[in-house]
Amino acid sequence: MFINFFFDLKQASLPVSLKEYLMLMEAMNKRVVDSFNVNDFYYLSRSALVKDERYLDKFDRVFGHSFKGLESPESETTKEIPEEWLKLMGQKYLTDEEKKMIESLGGWDKLMETLKQRLEEQKKRHQGGSKWIGTGGTSPFGAYGYNPEGIRIGQKEGKNKKAVKVWDKREFSNLDGDVELGTRNIKIALRRLRKFAREGAETELDLDNTIKSTAHKGYIDVKMMPERRNKIKVLLFFDVGGSMDAHVKICEELFSAARTEFKHMEYFYYHNCLYDAVWKDNNRRYNDNIKTWDVLHTYPSDYKVIFVGDAEMSPYEITYPGGSVEFWNEESGETWLTRMLNVYENAIWLNPIPERYWDRIASTSIIKQIFSDRMFPLTIEGIDQAMRELNK
Amino acid sequence: MKFEGTSSYIATEDLKVAVNAAITLERPIIVKGEPGTGKTMLAHEVAKSLDAEIITWHIKSTTKAQQGLYEYDAVTRLRDSQLGDEKVKDIKNYISKGKLWNAFESDKRPVLLIDEIDKADIEFPNDLLLELDKMEFFVYETGETIKAQNRPIVIITSNNEKELPDAFLRRCFFHYIKFPDPNTMEEIVEVHYPDIKKDLIQEAFKIFYDIREVPGIKKKPSTSELIDWLKLLMTDDVDAKILREKDPKKLIPPLHGALLKNEQDVHLFERLAFISRRENENVE
Repeated sequence: MFINFFFDLKQASLPVSLKEYLMLMEAMNKRVVDSFNVNDFYYLSRSALVKDERYLDKFDRVFGHSFKGLESPESETTKEIPEEWLKLMGQKYLTDEEKKMIESLGGWDKLMETLKQRLEEQKKRHQGGSKWIGTGGTSPFGAYGYNPEGIRIGQKEGKNKKAVKVWDKREFSNLDGDVELGTRNIKIALRRLRKFAREGAETELDLDNTIKSTAHKGYIDVKMMPERRNKIKVLLFFDVGGSMDAHVKICEELFSAARTEFKHMEYFYYHNCLYDAVWKDNNRRYNDNIKTWDVLHTYPSDYKVIFVGDAEMSPYEITYPGGSVEFWNEESGETWLTRMLNVYENAIWLNPIPERYWDRIASTSIIKQIFSDRMFPLTIEGIDQAMRELNK
Repeated sequence: MKFEGTSSYIATEDLKVAVNAAITLERPIIVKGEPGTGKTMLAHEVAKSLDAEIITWHIKSTTKAQQGLYEYDAVTRLRDSQLGDEKVKDIKNYISKGKLWNAFESDKRPVLLIDEIDKADIEFPNDLLLELDKMEFFVYETGETIKAQNRPIVIITSNNEKELPDAFLRRCFFHYIKFPDPNTMEEIVEVHYPDIKKDLIQEAFKIFYDIREVPGIKKKPSTSELIDWLKLLMTDDVDAKILREKDPKKLIPPLHGALLKNEQDVHLFERLAFISRRENENVE
C-alpha cells in the first residue's frame, strides 16, 4: 500500500527518491508517532517526502487520491445526517401545506434518498473541497424550507477537528509553483541567473594567496583581488498596450523583481512585435524612441535578452513589411527579431498567456519558432526554466 | 526524547510530528515559512523543552562551510614565528573550533541551529553533506578525526532566498510553517499576553487578518508584528471600542505603524479607507 503511494507520488512528478521513502519506513519502524492514526502518518510522510512548499499541494492531492476511503472512524458519524433530527426539525418548522408538498414528492424516505444522492454528487464535483450543500434556493431542501435560510449540511468548524481530512483542506494550494507569482517568488527564480565573478579593479586583500606567496618568496608579499560581483547583464523588452493590458500587474512584478536582482539591466518597451524602434518612456514613445539598430550596437553580445509579451497579434504583423498596426514598417518584425537573436545568443521569450493556448494562436507559434522554442510561460516554473535556458 | 511544545511556544500537530521524527531518526530538519512565523524560535524552544544546550550558527553571505568545522589561523602563526613565540611549535594553538565542532564535543545531546542557511553561497549545504550525515570530520592540520559523541539535533531554517541542493534535501526532514489560523493565533497571543482583554483580541484579530487580505499589499504583517502591535495597544490601553469603530473617518487602525512597514502599504491602506468612506457616504 505504501509502495503504491510512493509510485503515485512519482507519477505525479513529485521529486521523491528511494532514500526518502526508506527514511519514512525507518521512522514508521521506530514509532515516531505513537498511535498510528492517519493524520499522524500524513504529517510524517509529508515531512519526510516533500522538501519544498511548492509541492505541498500536489502531495495533498496525491495523498487524498491514494488513501481514498481511508478515514478515521469519527468522520463516519459526522457525514451521516441524523434522520430523526431532520424529521423533528421538519415537524417543528413546516406548515401543513409544506408537509403535503413533501408527501407529493414521495415522502420523507424519498426525500432523504435524494439528499444523499445530492451529497454524493456535490462531493464529486468539488473534489472534497466545500462540504456545504444547498445554500438555500436551489436544492429542494432549501426550497421547501425546513428553515428560512436552508439547512447547512456538513460539519461545523471546530466542532470536531479530526473529521475534516487535513489533506483535503488544500491549505498549500497557493504555494504551488505553477500558480502563484509574487515579486518575492520571481526574485528567487531570477536569482538562478546570478553568476558571481571577480572582475574589475583589485581592491580586496587575497589572504590565502598572500600567505602562499609570502611563504614561497620568504618576504611579505601582499596579493589583491577584485570584488565579487554579479556579472549577469540583461536586456528586458516589454510589450505594452493592447492585449497586454490584462497582464500589466504580473509584468510590473516581474519588472520590479528584475530591477533589484540585476545590476546591469536595461529595459525597453515595444508594441506587439519588435520593429525598427523601441522606447523607454511610455508617455513619450513617439518623440523619444530609440532605434533598434542603436540597441544592437550599444550592448555587447554577452547581454542576455528577455522578451515579455503575449505574442498575440495578426501573423502579418510578424511576417510582412508594413504589417504593423501602428505605422509603416519597412522591414518585417521577423527580420528584426532574427537580427536580435543573431546578436544575442542567450535570448528567451516569456509569455503571460498559459502554455496550453499557445498552439492555437498562429502568431504565438510563429514567434516560438523564431525563438527556436525558447518561449516560457510567465509562471514561477516558467521563469525558472527560462533562467536555466539563459544560463546555458 | 520528545518535543511537545512549551508553555511559551505553540506547536501545531504537524510541526510536532516533524520535529519528533527528526529527533528519533537523528536527521536534520529544515524549517521554512513566512518571515515572523517563529522558525528560529523553534530551535530555542526545542532546546528548552528537552533541556538541552543550544548552539546557534548564524549564516551570512560570506560564511563558508569550513568555518563551521574549524579555522586555521595562519596569519597569527606567521607573526608568532617571526617573534619566536614558543606557541608556534604546536599547530593546535592556531586551530579555532567552529560551531559544528562545539556541537560534536558536547557531553549531552545539544540542539544545533543553523540559521538562515539560504543566505550562504549555493554550494554551502553541499559542503556540509558528509559532515551532517556521518556527524564527523577530519582535521587536516592535526590529522585527527572529530566524531560526534552525541549526534546533535540539527535544526536548519531557510527563508527561501536560494534553492537548496536536492542531495542535501533528501537527507533532511522538511516542515513548512504555514501562517497560523485565527484559532492557533489566539493560543499564541494567550501565551505571550495571558491577561489581555478578550474583546480587544477579537477586534485586533479582525483588523489584522483584514489587513493581510488587502489585495496588493507589499509586506503582509506577520505573527511577531501582531504580537508587537498588541503590546502597543495594551500599553496605550486602547479600548476595544476604538478598534470596533465603524466611523469611516477613523478607519486606519491606531498605531498601525507596527503592522504596516512600508510607506506604499500605508498609502494603499489609506486609499482603500478613503474609498470605503466614500462608499459609505453614498449609501447614506
